[in-house]
Amino acid sequence: MAAVVSKPPKNKRSPTFWRDTLRGYLFIMPVVLGLLIWTFGPMLASAYYSLTNYKIIGVPEFIGLQNYTDLFQDKAFIQSLSVTVRFGIMFVIFSQIVGLGLAVLLTQKVRGLTVFRTIFYLPIIVPAAASAVLWKYLYNKEFGPIDSVLQAFGLKAINWLGSPESALFALVIMSVWASAVTTIIYVAGLQNIPEDLIDSAKIDGANGFRRFWYITIPMLSPTIFFNVVTGVIGAFQFFVPAFIMTAGGPAKSTYFYNYNLYEKAFKWLEMGYASAMAWVLFAIIIVMTLFIFRSSPLWVYYEGEVRT
Amino acid sequence: MTTTSKTVYISSRDSEKIKSVRRRQEVTSKGFIYGLLIVCALIFVLPLIVMVSTSLKSYTEINKYPPSFLPDNVVTTNFEEAWNYENTQFPRWTFNTVFIIVATVPGVVLSSALCAYGFARLKFPGRNIWFILVLASLMLPSQVTLIPLYILFYKIGWLNTFAPLIVPAWFGGGAINIFLLRQFFMQIPRELDEAAIIDGAGHLTIWWRIYLPLARPALISVTLLTILGIWNDFLNPFIYLSNPDNFTLALGLNLFRSYFPQLARTDYIMAISTLMVLPMIVMFLLAQRYIVQGFVTSGIKG
Repeated sequence: MAAVVSKPPKNKRSPTFWRDTLRGYLFIMPVVLGLLIWTFGPMLASAYYSLTNYKIIGVPEFIGLQNYTDLFQDKAFIQSLSVTVRFGIMFVIFSQIVGLGLAVLLTQKVRGLTVFRTIFYLPIIVPAAASAVLWKYLYNKEFGPIDSVLQAFGLKAINWLGSPESALFALVIMSVWASAVTTIIYVAGLQNIPEDLIDSAKIDGANGFRRFWYITIPMLSPTIFFNVVTGVIGAFQFFVPAFIMTAGGPAKSTYFYNYNLYEKAFKWLEMGYASAMAWVLFAIIIVMTLFIFRSSPLWVYYEGEVRT
Repeated sequence: MTTTSKTVYISSRDSEKIKSVRRRQEVTSKGFIYGLLIVCALIFVLPLIVMVSTSLKSYTEINKYPPSFLPDNVVTTNFEEAWNYENTQFPRWTFNTVFIIVATVPGVVLSSALCAYGFARLKFPGRNIWFILVLASLMLPSQVTLIPLYILFYKIGWLNTFAPLIVPAWFGGGAINIFLLRQFFMQIPRELDEAAIIDGAGHLTIWWRIYLPLARPALISVTLLTILGIWNDFLNPFIYLSNPDNFTLALGLNLFRSYFPQLARTDYIMAISTLMVLPMIVMFLLAQRYIVQGFVTSGIKG
């Protein structure tokens, strides 16, 4: 606050200016301190660590950009990036389809929807550890219910988590189940679409599909945009199921970015290297978000905007 | 081409026919919607049903293939046996989790509400910059600060204590909560505080006496989402707590399942999972409105 106080006072300032300033900062004091102590300070430290060789015991040894150049020759890093990107693409696509589909069902004009909403929203309250343990059992090759259902229908049992071909996809299915937030946000988005818009389209003779494609989807595009961005970010934060269900395997097929980072930092204590990974992750998220944001004029429609 | 202009030229008998066709179409489309809803709902709820039903099966039954959907004989001893299993401390782990919740929630609610009031109602230089910084911090992946914070907590001797999980929450209570409460505060009519100011009330009084009571639904949302977040958190306790005495339930469940690498006691593991999910299900059923609203406000507008 010293910087604020030392400013030369202007004549036009109200007599209560300093009191107002002080009061304002007293109110937001917790978050100001919080950002300085728990965010900005650590960010600076992390940026510095990323330029060092630091194993927590001893002092950080400055090595310039070597961690960053090493990263792109590190097979484990490339693998974890590729796993995460593949998962992200599959997860974003499937969770939008399922979330939007369920949301459309949940906003129909029929009775008893509250019960269905409760059921579809329920997975958000299941702890990640519990759902990981649960799905590990569901996917089990020997006792698991999913394979026994497949076999009951005369299909071949799949070694879901045990084979590199299916493990990542198995995690996608589980994550789509768990991501009820997507559905919740789509339901809210659909409820915000003015009804007269749909009604006038009905009067103009547009059928259900055309109404959905030409009115609902454009009106919903900011929501879709939001869900896609959070989905991408979520993929890069993915950890618990990969840790509990597959331990990154088999054959590193579920070796997620965040899992790799966790291992580098807390298993091998490579704090410098892991910090560099964190900054690369931050850069990737910014680039992806900007990319989606930049492309958004092509497909995101904001109400009140005039298209030529 | 409106429907009304058309019916003018149609005899009443024909219009009756059209109406009945319409009704039938409506009935079939409603049937179709319900059909889809029921099928999807079954798929969605099935994993949870399997969890509960497996927790009620006997040891011999869980090792049968193909597995039965519902238990042949309902066995309730699994809960007790799993809860008191050797080398576990489920009562203690539950206590730890509840302790962290009790110590964190007031910090989150009070500090985020205080900051939200400052951003929503007070004018001072730098307010907008700080608010933008708060929102920008949402974009920062937690991994960037994770390592320096770990090192910090290591150096000040906070590893293996609950402090890293509790103390930071008292500093603003999370950007998303500040944002959520600010949105709510801005909808409260200003005439209320103006009247109070005339009566000689200070801002702290206005915040406490007018804004907090009026923002009750939003405060409930923040509280419930915080409880949910702590109960379900795995990564943070996992990084900061290594002594089993200090474990939370999520860590305890993970330790417990590691005792059975070949899923030998799925009945036990599902019993503990059920016990862990149950309080959250009850909370969700009682306060679904607030929880959903919390997700929507922090999602849509953020």
